[in-house]
Amino acid sequence: MSAPLSWYLIASGCLFVIGLAGMMIRRNALMILLGIELLLNASNLSFVAMSAHRGDLHGQVVVFFIITVAALEVGIGLAIILLLHRLYRHLNVDEMRLLKW
Amino acid sequence: MRRLMERVVFLFFAGLMLVGAISVILARNPVYSVLCLVLTMFAISGLFVLLHAYFIAVIQLVVYAGAVLVLFLFVLMLLDLGKPLPVFVRPWPLWLGAGLAGLGFLAALVQVISRGPATASRSVEGTTAAIGKLLFSQYLVPFEVTSLLLLAAIIGAVVLAKSRWPA
Repeated sequence: MSAPLSWYLIASGCLFVIGLAGMMIRRNALMILLGIELLLNASNLSFVAMSAHRGDLHGQVVVFFIITVAALEVGIGLAIILLLHRLYRHLNVDEMRLLKW
Repeated sequence: MRRLMERVVFLFFAGLMLVGAISVILARNPVYSVLCLVLTMFAISGLFVLLHAYFIAVIQLVVYAGAVLVLFLFVLMLLDLGKPLPVFVRPWPLWLGAGLAGLGFLAALVQVISRGPATASRSVEGTTAAIGKLLFSQYLVPFEVTSLLLLAAIIGAVVLAKSRWPA
């Protein structure tokens, strides 16, 4: 890789921060899930960049598992969001207070 | 010359990725957000190819962009949310928190990165055969456990979809 490793890590870090900010400022539950996807993609990029830098493939196998688990988590998360929509008729997380004491 | 070309291609894909990511979190229409995330994933896949991780690049496109985000779009359009929720009315401490968290993380990251990597880069080709050799020898147990996880997730999703709230 002739683009320096630090460039890849900084790009991954910026993506992570954008995902984090997106999770915090959006009110729609689906958009919060999209922020989680951005976080996972940022760490995938970081893993693959470090794997290419080190010269072995362990990072890429970990990314394989991360993508699998992310797909599962999105599936379950969407099922939960469907149920929330059935209950509340909207997806505004600010007004979902069932778990608050 | 080749170094320069690689850096230009990196800047193109990284720029596209970051623009797409910012559009994901700032778009008003949720469908625009998901489509911008698809664009972001294409850009990330381009970066993977630049890093010689060919298998992971294709898996990202086929599984992540092609299955997960399509599922997202299905659910989004099934829910028929109607009028998009206004985005920018969260309480201001949340904005401040998000900004501080972001800047703090970036500062820590840049500080760690600027110490530089200890050794020079080696190169490896992330072909399917190479990843397969590693996956089925050293990572066999996680591979099998992942299949159990998939089973649990499928059963969980079906149970959740069939449940009825008490009227």
